Amino acid sequence: MNDATGSVNAGIPLSAEEMSKIAPGLAHDIKIKSSDVEVHYGDKQALFDVNLDIPANQVIALIGPSGCGKSTYMRCLNRMNDTIDIARVTGTIEIDGVDIYQKKIDVVELRARVGMVFQKPNPFPKSIFENVAYGPKIHGLAASKSDMEEIVVESLTKAGLFDEVKDRLEAPGTGLSGGQQQRLCIARAIATKPEVILMDEPCSALDPIATAKIEELIDELKQNYTIVIVTHSMQQAARVSQMTAFFHLGYLVEVGETDQIFTNPQDKRTQDYITGRFG
Amino acid sequence: MTDVTTSAAVSARHDWASNAAKRRVKSRYAKDRRLQMYGIAAIGFAMILLGILITSLFYAGYVAFSTTKVELGVYLDSKQIDPKTPEKANYRKIVRNAFLGYFPNVKGRKEQRNLLKIISSGAPFILRDYVVDNPDQIGKLVKVQVPVSDPFDQLYKGVIPRQIDALSFDRIDTFEGLRQQGVLSAPDGRTVVKMTVFLDPERVSAGQFSAIANEAFKAFFPQARNTAFVEILGGDAAKRLQAFVEANPDMVGKTAEVSLPISTNYDNLFRTGEAKVRNPRFASDNVFVWFDALVTQDLVSTPFTWELFFNADSRFPELAGLAGAISGSALALLVCFLISFPVGIAGAIYLEEFAPKNRYTDIIEVNINNLAAVPSVVFGLLGLAVFLNVFGLPRSAPIVGGMVLSLMTLPTIIVATRAALKAVPPSIREAALGVGASKHQMVLHHVLPLALPGILTGTIIGLAQALGETAPLLLIGMNAFIPSVENIGIMQPATALPTQIFAWADSPERGFVSRTSAAILVLLGFLAIMNAIAIFLRQRFERKW
Repeated sequence: MNDATGSVNAGIPLSAEEMSKIAPGLAHDIKIKSSDVEVHYGDKQALFDVNLDIPANQVIALIGPSGCGKSTYMRCLNRMNDTIDIARVTGTIEIDGVDIYQKKIDVVELRARVGMVFQKPNPFPKSIFENVAYGPKIHGLAASKSDMEEIVVESLTKAGLFDEVKDRLEAPGTGLSGGQQQRLCIARAIATKPEVILMDEPCSALDPIATAKIEELIDELKQNYTIVIVTHSMQQAARVSQMTAFFHLGYLVEVGETDQIFTNPQDKRTQDYITGRFG
Repeated sequence: MTDVTTSAAVSARHDWASNAAKRRVKSRYAKDRRLQMYGIAAIGFAMILLGILITSLFYAGYVAFSTTKVELGVYLDSKQIDPKTPEKANYRKIVRNAFLGYFPNVKGRKEQRNLLKIISSGAPFILRDYVVDNPDQIGKLVKVQVPVSDPFDQLYKGVIPRQIDALSFDRIDTFEGLRQQGVLSAPDGRTVVKMTVFLDPERVSAGQFSAIANEAFKAFFPQARNTAFVEILGGDAAKRLQAFVEANPDMVGKTAEVSLPISTNYDNLFRTGEAKVRNPRFASDNVFVWFDALVTQDLVSTPFTWELFFNADSRFPELAGLAGAISGSALALLVCFLISFPVGIAGAIYLEEFAPKNRYTDIIEVNINNLAAVPSVVFGLLGLAVFLNVFGLPRSAPIVGGMVLSLMTLPTIIVATRAALKAVPPSIREAALGVGASKHQMVLHHVLPLALPGILTGTIIGLAQALGETAPLLLIGMNAFIPSVENIGIMQPATALPTQIFAWADSPERGFVSRTSAAILVLLGFLAIMNAIAIFLRQRFERKW
């Protein structure tokens, strides 16, 4: 892109104004705003002072070596870290300007609004239909049976799976291939009509063809959803994301437009990682 | 390419074909084989022991699965049996007359009484039940199969002999000592012992001939510590000695050589080499003749013992059955299941999924595990002290039995449930939480269904343990004598399978030996059925993910 000064070091949050100045193509509203996020697992600190703004309707890729804190950060966004007894999160994370860590926030509702897709496809050992219908069912999103069918069909269609499974919606979800299972999980995540979808290395257990399909899907989904994706594949980050954030040893080292991060990283560590010196 | 500095260790190639390497491979194979052998040996040993157990139970118990019955032809006289109240007739008399009718030649009260001992004392009740069930048969001649009494049942099945050894090995040994002294002879069909007696005038005048004979006989056994040998000398020895003294009055005050007879069993042992006597379970030798007559007339048969399952307990082994014990066990297990299954699962879910990990939950966890190791008799005492004495629940009742057993089953279920919950992969939990399921939705909708096979298996294993538990039931009195299955209920006195086995094993009648083994087989059968259900449920509910 035109301006190469877009990357910033950790600790300096980007405002929407700045963002538009740096990267006009990315001049979206800020969907998620994190300030001074720190995570401790017991005595061990896993995340240090992360300030990151995530724009709406974009794909942001979180990259970095294993154990750098990118998954930990992502799990803060739907408060999945709450399920770990010893995890402690400080700082503020706002989605649409609302602090998701304040007391009155209902975690269950938050997780419906911030869907998640995991590293290993993990469909419920139930039918394909029930897999997708489960979220809407527990949140009461469908008033009738036909509503529910509509939601399921729509979600499966959006996930690009409907044509492959339309004849066997009652077949067990675990009987699908790995790539299909992962798309089923995406369908399940979007069935609750979330605004944000978190993807934790969604293609690491898939073959290249299934990976390509998922990446295509991510590209389509970004029109309606804000997508945060953790990946170990630099090529994948380059292919699917508009923004990239590089984490190292618990610090957010650099964040910026994907093109800029991969072609002209500002930080030595980023450059080393991208060129394969470590990781 | 970067330069690789070659060290000696890297450059010296390992020789995989050297003798040392071959030896290593060989010893590795030998170790593999040895480990396999140990495993096979351990399993083989267990199988052999199990085989011995089952075989011995079958060997002792199979006879109890058939009952010796005699066909009784009875004329149901409507004068004796009022068709309106058939249950009130004197069936004892009817059965008695019908059976005595087979043997018109047997006269005399004592003989007839011995004869009637062939059929079970339960025969009148069997006839009564038959007539009550078939009132249209009154006025006709019917044939009813009634069980024979226990000794004849055992005799017909070949479990007990007609005659048994009269003398124990000890006594035969003692007698052997006497025989080796060469003082025994059987000159005219009766064995006599030649001995030297001192005819003490005082004793002779007092007529104490048996004392004189015993005194002299004692000389053959200088080392004897008891007086068992006294019975060797015949009962008529004293009389023989008296006759000798009367024939030779001049010998009084002197020492004489006399031959005195020995008693019947030892006489037989000396002359024929064995001493047999009628089995004391039978009243007279005539009973064999009568019983053989019944057998030769084809009146005796051995059908399958449905009574074993449908009769309640009885003092007479040929009538005793397990119906009371089976229903008591079933009720106690039902109570046990209703208490321990929900409580156990609720406790396990709380501890595994919801409880914070702190000192208190650690203490609770340790104590639950300890609870599983508490001897069952202690739970019995607890039940006695708390359920009976404090709560005042009825003694011997299945409700108390079930409560005590549930104390034992609870830790098993909790431990099994927790293990099953732990085995559910975290990815399923994450998936549920990820779509916004609350914790209880995650547990109830996803984790619990996946853990169910493991939970059910653990529960059934716990119940199977409870089914075989004896001591706690004995302590709360659930070993009641239940002669009728009419009053079965969770608040009624009852017995259970293991306590019934315990009671039967304690009974002196010979028929209870095989009944005990048969009852154990029935118990094992129930355990096998429960385990089969556990396997079925596990396969039925097991889902892949």
